[in-house]
Amino acid sequence: MTIKTWLDAAIQDADRRNLAGLRPLLEALARSTSALRSADWNFDATGEPTRTSTPPDAR
Amino acid sequence: MPASARTIAELARAIRSGELTAETATTDCLERIAERNPAINAYITVLADQALAQAKQADAELKSGRDRGPLHGVPISLKDIIDLDGVSTTAASKVRHGHVAPHDAPVVARLREAGAVFLGKTNLHEFAFGTTNEDSAFGLVRHPLDPNRSPGGSSGGSAASVLDGMAYASIGTDTGGSVRIPSAACGLVGLKPSLDEVPIGGVFPLSKTMDHVGPLCRSVEDAAIVHDVLCGRAPSNGSPRNVNGLRIGVLRGYFTTLLDPQVAAAFETTCKALTAAGAALEEVQVPHAGDIAPIYLHIVLSEAAALHAKTLDSHAEDYNPNVRLRLEMGRYILAEDYLRALRGRDVLIDEVDATLVRRDALLLPTLAVPAVKLGALAVKIGSVEEPVRNITLRLTQLFNITGHPAITIPCGATTDGLPIGAQLAGGRNRTGDLLAVAAAVESLLRPNPSR
Repeated sequence: MTIKTWLDAAIQDADRRNLAGLRPLLEALARSTSALRSADWNFDATGEPTRTSTPPDAR
Repeated sequence: MPASARTIAELARAIRSGELTAETATTDCLERIAERNPAINAYITVLADQALAQAKQADAELKSGRDRGPLHGVPISLKDIIDLDGVSTTAASKVRHGHVAPHDAPVVARLREAGAVFLGKTNLHEFAFGTTNEDSAFGLVRHPLDPNRSPGGSSGGSAASVLDGMAYASIGTDTGGSVRIPSAACGLVGLKPSLDEVPIGGVFPLSKTMDHVGPLCRSVEDAAIVHDVLCGRAPSNGSPRNVNGLRIGVLRGYFTTLLDPQVAAAFETTCKALTAAGAALEEVQVPHAGDIAPIYLHIVLSEAAALHAKTLDSHAEDYNPNVRLRLEMGRYILAEDYLRALRGRDVLIDEVDATLVRRDALLLPTLAVPAVKLGALAVKIGSVEEPVRNITLRLTQLFNITGHPAITIPCGATTDGLPIGAQLAGGRNRTGDLLAVAAAVESLLRPNPSR
């Protein structure tokens, strides 16, 4: 599910539940989720390598 | 110096020398509570009769030759999210109305066995889900040094009780910084131990994979005394360290780019003092520090929402509106994103471990800003405006994600006299080593903690 699809559905559901105050929080959460999904350490099924080890400059 | 402003170690010596008794120490605290709690609102429940009975028993035991150790007869407070047998655990929420704890939480049982005297239960941000203590069914907590400011949270009542002489120490909980944030804001020492080192049974959870129980105290020595008891072990008197020769990694980048100028200045002064005293300071980075907040948010919201799902449906109106909305937000997080956050946790654990290789500790500020004004929604630093919740959690939540022990110690004050804290973090399951490093650093920055 894309973040846009998720956010639209979440806001619609929140409105249905009379939780209009949730809209700005869900929008902020969507930005946070976008950052999470774009992190370079995520596993996915593309077969592309993911970074799992710590680079030397952290030591 | 008022008696109730001593450290635990000083009180323990005074009790054994006959200068004070547990009863007089407890009476002093209760008088201070009567005087100050109406203005500060640190306590939700005061247990005056029970505390005095416990104190008298402690004195009688000492007289008969039974000494339970350094906490024997010491009056302390408990965050009202920790079960104390026969007393309501409100979690600062109407949702918990009518609850009475059926027995002591394991940490309370250990404190009771060690002879601690329980003065009462302290106020908190509802369900420990916030950093200002403004959202409580029992009213907000005010900072003892400035009533227009928050003492921090979520263990804000705990911090205020110790700072204001209403307890010698307090037991709090820390899921994103809730011991360290109020300790820094109130000029105290606050310890978040290593993950799973102190039992969290009988403590109302927020995020079961990030919850910790820890003390808020006036000195590192006091924190070590209480921590030993919370761990269920005899006083450890760990190997003392000297600042000269300490190897400290200073976290820069994300951790120092967004700081109030006075916090930044106090932190740099601390670094210079440590270097001048012979510590070897070296700049280190956590490469994925920019991912800390999204990882933390997705874990804490998912786990808190799962814990509250039933009462969100059955008692929605009993929640504070702000807390309710944040909990509801968690119900919309997808499983795949929660699992991504758990994957991110592993990455951060590896990266923090790497920064600690051949080092005694990490050093960073605890709280990016001094105690925030009550009612503030955001804090401006230079041209950047950050929500209060984000800026207060910014420097502490990493170690809840990774489980490394972390401690805050006072390192200065603003021109208005508001405390500033420095944070040290150590290797996982090496809290004793971290306390020894912190004691050495404290002896340089603040040789007389109770004064």
